Amino acid sequence: MFRYALKRLGLAILVMVTVSIISFALVRASGDIAIAVAGEGATNADIEAIRHEYGFDRPLVIQYLDWASDIAVGNFGQSLFFKRPVIEVLFDRMPVTLMLGFISLGFAMLLAIPLGTAAALRPNSIIDRLCLGIAVLGQATPSFWFALLMILVFGVMWRILPVSGTETWKHFVLPVVVLGYYVIPAIMRLTRAGMIEVLEADYIRTAKAKGLNIGTVVFKHGLRNAIIPVVSLLAVQLGFMLGGSVVVETIFSINGVGHLALVSIERSDFPMIQGIVLILAILYILLTLFADLLNGWLDPRIRVS
Amino acid sequence: MKTFYLSAAIAAAVVLGGGTTSQAGKANDTLIFATETDLENIDAYYNSARVGVIVARHVWDNLLYRDPSDFSYKPALATSYKWIDDVTLEFDLRQGVEFHNGEAFTADDVVYTLNFISNPENKVVSKRNGAWIKNAEKVDEFKVRINLKEPFPAALDFLAGPLPIYPNEYYAEVGPDGMNKQPIGTGPYKITAVEQGKSIKFERNENYYKDSPKGQPKIGNMEMRTIPDDNTAAAELLTGGIDWLWQVTKDQAAFLENEPKLDVVGGETMRIGFLSMDALGRGGDHPLKDARVRKAVAHAINRQGITESLMPAGSRPVHAACYPKQFGCTDDVQKYAYDPDKAKELLAEAGYPDGFIVVLDAYRDRDLAEAMISDLRAVGIIADLSYNKYAAAREKVRTGQTILNFSTWGSYSINDASAITSNFFRGGPDDMAGDTEVAEMLEQADTTVDSELRKKLYSEALMKISDQAYWLPLFTYSYLYAFNSDLNFEPTADEIPRFFNSSWK
Repeated sequence: MFRYALKRLGLAILVMVTVSIISFALVRASGDIAIAVAGEGATNADIEAIRHEYGFDRPLVIQYLDWASDIAVGNFGQSLFFKRPVIEVLFDRMPVTLMLGFISLGFAMLLAIPLGTAAALRPNSIIDRLCLGIAVLGQATPSFWFALLMILVFGVMWRILPVSGTETWKHFVLPVVVLGYYVIPAIMRLTRAGMIEVLEADYIRTAKAKGLNIGTVVFKHGLRNAIIPVVSLLAVQLGFMLGGSVVVETIFSINGVGHLALVSIERSDFPMIQGIVLILAILYILLTLFADLLNGWLDPRIRVS
Repeated sequence: MKTFYLSAAIAAAVVLGGGTTSQAGKANDTLIFATETDLENIDAYYNSARVGVIVARHVWDNLLYRDPSDFSYKPALATSYKWIDDVTLEFDLRQGVEFHNGEAFTADDVVYTLNFISNPENKVVSKRNGAWIKNAEKVDEFKVRINLKEPFPAALDFLAGPLPIYPNEYYAEVGPDGMNKQPIGTGPYKITAVEQGKSIKFERNENYYKDSPKGQPKIGNMEMRTIPDDNTAAAELLTGGIDWLWQVTKDQAAFLENEPKLDVVGGETMRIGFLSMDALGRGGDHPLKDARVRKAVAHAINRQGITESLMPAGSRPVHAACYPKQFGCTDDVQKYAYDPDKAKELLAEAGYPDGFIVVLDAYRDRDLAEAMISDLRAVGIIADLSYNKYAAAREKVRTGQTILNFSTWGSYSINDASAITSNFFRGGPDDMAGDTEVAEMLEQADTTVDSELRKKLYSEALMKISDQAYWLPLFTYSYLYAFNSDLNFEPTADEIPRFFNSSWK
């Protein structure tokens, strides 16, 4: 187990370094940052001054190493837009994004696991078909479109839910549904597949033969085993949701990291963009690592291979 | 998709009517207006956003106030001004004015503010705002002098625009950070709460000085909410969550107009669109170096048609390289009517009877660029669109990689032709014409305080720009505003909504 964990950890660190290089390079490839920073009314002299001040006139490799060594000691630099440390702005915006992510994940589990189980109990029945429909729709519907549809129906037509802001719990209903719906299909399909496999297992037949009632068989013996792969999937899905929050936060006017990422790109606030990409990537990598380790712990076969 | 969504939204709203209203609106005497972006800092000298200008005009006052109807300068914190000589301005200040925190307004505030922002060490965001100021000095408690580095005729416009006056004691103590957290000014509204990225709350300044050219504020409370998505903002407007929205797109407006509780109006701004052409030949050897070809381009593009069918109400075609109401701007220049046959003739004359291929650079309004491309194609010019972000497009211009460029310019709302012509024709990095005669005329015009001479020089420069077809000025940009029909609101050309002039019906 220890060797397995060490291997995974080493891989995670390599991925982080790669992500940092890519995020750094992509920002540099998007145009002359000095011009972007200087804005509409700037003269060439202003732009030159900015280029020098921020060190854009140095070789790229030096700029990267400089940035990376700062990151290594936890210094993400200053946001060009806010003129505040990147990490401080991120900490301001992170709670609402994480909260939205966790609630959405909870919502998705609450819906996906029972539905997946029900579908597995009666393969090819109406309920199974319905679940398949939900899954296909969920995977095929772009979240921005689904979000607008929700606003239209619940905000404008029925006027029962607010469509922007974060003042009350009601404000979170639509964003949570939209973001949660985004990950329902994966969880539901995996639950269904796992359940179908488990329900055919010998010990389930034994349990049934013992005369246990169907609820005990399904939930105590079936679901507990079927859910192992789902648990590790959840960690990864949470990472996906952090990405999905870019769209959802922007549409529902939620002042979180996702929206911050979008506007930072528009503003060419490159320390901010690099910081967000790196932090989200690290979060995602940690979640994946956690899922890997959890998997290895739950299922000895994985850590051996 | 957007069209579908909105049509359905309006249909639903109309059918169901009524609905719940949050705290916005006349009943609560609270005007909630939505803007797309948030501010990095409310301190007017440390943000460069249009939204920041709106906030600034409500929270602070300037020495002078530019009346948006006729662009005349009215006394505000200063009661009078005079030019002592070409580089010295003297102001008599108003007495009895108080800042929101009770600090009395005196010459010290003016001197401190102007010296602070013109000092490069303080790194204000828009350096040009204070770059012309050498220093400000106190003559007595209510009299100040501003010394200029060189003659700068647009000085009054800057003083009436992006140069609000701060309370010296407070600002010296808290600086830009403190000003962001709790802005203090003399303006018609006080800021009561700031939630960065979400909202700013305002309350009427009951102690606002009597003779302000801005008038007395009528609406009791305001809130500026950040709503990044325009469809969400439209939904909030439809359901009464907000009262006012700007930069409404043409297709949204078509639906919002049908809602009886909303008014939609268009208002022209100072921004104009233009095609600039590489007459200088920095981009190598190409047909547009020939004036006849540039004129052919000018005749090929149906500006009237594009304006009517693609631009919001209030836009109009322009012929000179400036916004028509700017000081020094004149419409009395060579005009190129839409005439594809004439364009073809000119092309043939120049040796391109079968046209040629060129790249059209653009950074916004893809639909307009495509309309122009199809007009050009009709006379044989095949234009390939190269669509970039603003920074990248501008970089191409400045490094001489652009031959034909569709761009726009808002003159930072400065009502003086120097804010546009001098940027593009005085030999600077954006100058694609490289006409030294024009550059000299403009330089002289920019540094003379004799108004008549200035008008004459700008007029001559603009005529030459047009004669040579260095630019094809296209049209003015108009904004569409949609708002609660209980609200009295008048758009202005400088793109700065003035809610202190608004009231409930």
